[in-house]
Amino acid sequence: MATLVAFPILVLALMLQTAVISRINLLYGSADLILVILAAWALQERVTSSWHWALVGGVLVAFVSRLPWFVPLAGYLMVVGVARLLQRRVWQAPLLAMFTVCFTGTLMLHILSIFSLRILGDPLPVGDSFNLITLPSVLLNLLLAIPIYAVIKDLAGWLYPAAVEA
Amino acid sequence: MKKNFPRSLQTIVIALLAIGVVVLALGGYLTSLSNFVNQTIVGAQTWVSTRYLAVVDFLTVPRDVASIRQRNAELEAEVARLQTQMIELQQQVTETQILSALVDFARASPENTYKAATVIGRDPSPFLRYVIINIGSNDGIRRGMPVVTEQGLVGRVDAVTADAARVQLIADPSSAVNVSLQNSKTEAMLVGSITGDLSLDMISQDVTVQPGDVVLTSGLGGGYPPNILVGQVISVRKLDYELFQQATVQPIVNYDQLQFVLVITNFKPVELAPLIPTASP
Repeated sequence: MATLVAFPILVLALMLQTAVISRINLLYGSADLILVILAAWALQERVTSSWHWALVGGVLVAFVSRLPWFVPLAGYLMVVGVARLLQRRVWQAPLLAMFTVCFTGTLMLHILSIFSLRILGDPLPVGDSFNLITLPSVLLNLLLAIPIYAVIKDLAGWLYPAAVEA
Repeated sequence: MKKNFPRSLQTIVIALLAIGVVVLALGGYLTSLSNFVNQTIVGAQTWVSTRYLAVVDFLTVPRDVASIRQRNAELEAEVARLQTQMIELQQQVTETQILSALVDFARASPENTYKAATVIGRDPSPFLRYVIINIGSNDGIRRGMPVVTEQGLVGRVDAVTADAARVQLIADPSSAVNVSLQNSKTEAMLVGSITGDLSLDMISQDVTVQPGDVVLTSGLGGGYPPNILVGQVISVRKLDYELFQQATVQPIVNYDQLQFVLVITNFKPVELAPLIPTASP
C-alpha cells in the first residue's frame, strides 16, 4: 500500500516541480520537491518503503529530465541512504535530521549532476554551478523542508498507524 | 390713502432699483458681481450634483459591476481573439521573411508549417535549460524540429513522447547554434550558459562587430532554418592575443516567461553523422 501511494504522490510532486517550482528561482537555483519528499519520508520511523519511493522518484525524474537516467536514480537513493542512516542515530531531533539530509542530499545530487554532465560533454563551469545553482538550491530545499516534513509525517502516520498496545 | 402711498412708493423704488440694476447690468457695470454670484451658484450646484450622483452610483453599484464584468469578459474575449489573429499574422510575416531570404529553403518547402504549443513545464534539474511542451509525436512533432515564438528562435525539440516533447532552449549550456551577424556579414557560433546568457564565439578577428548588430540563424549545419531572429549584440570582447572575438547577445525571447511556442514542423534537420569520416580499421 505504502509503495503504491508513492506513484500518485510522486507524480503529483513531479508535476508541481516541473510546472511551478522549477520556475521559482533564487539566483539560478531551484528547489527539488521530490528530493525533500523522499528525505522526509525516509526519516519517518515506521516507514519501510523509502527505498521503493526513491526508485519511483528516480525513474520519474529520469523520464522527464535530460539528466542521464542514472543521476536522479542514484541521487535519490543516496538521499534515502543518508536519511536512513541519520534516522537511526539522531531520531530524537527529526527536524535537525531533515535539514541535514536536505543539505547533504542536495549537495550530493548536484555534484553528481555536474560531473556526469561534464563527462557527457556539457561545458558546466564547476565554480559558477556551485555558487549560482547549488547553494541557492540548498537554501530553497531547506526552506521547503519544514512544511514538507509536517505533511509527510501526517501521511506516514496514516499509512503506518502506531500499534495499539493491549 | 395714507396706507397705500408708502406701498406705491415702495413699488416705485423697487421698480427704479430693478431698472437701475438692469441698466447697470446692460452697461457692464455688474459683470464682476454677476460672475461672483454665478460662480458661487455653479459651485454649489456642482457640489450638490456630484453628491447626488455619488449616492446614485452607490445605490446602483451592484447592477453596474455585473454589467461591467460582463462587458470586461466580452472585451477580454475580443482581445484574446485579436491577439490570436495578431500572432497568426506575425507567423505569416515571419514565414514570408524566411521564405524570401532563403531561396533554397523556399524551393524545398514553399511554406513553413507551424504547430502551436503551450509550455507546461521545465526540466527539474536547474543545470539544464529545457522546457516541456504539450504536443508530441501524435501531432507530428519529431526530434530536431526548430521551436520559435513570434519574436524569434527558442530552441529545438530534443525528445518526443506521444503527447509531449522536451525542447532544448538555445540558452542551455550545451546548446550551440550557427548564427550570422546581419550588419557585419559574418558567421559565428552562439552558445548558452548556466545563467542563460548567450554569447557569440568563433568570430574572426578581422571582422568589425558592434553593439546593436542583429544576430540571425545562419542555417549552417542544418540544425536550424536560416534567418530566424535570435537577438542583438550588446557588448564585444576583442583581445589581440586571442584567435577569435567574443560577444554577448541579448536574446529577443525572454526564456523565463515562455508560455506559447511554435514548432516548425516542415523543417527536417540535416543528419551530418554519415558525412563525418570515421577512422578505418
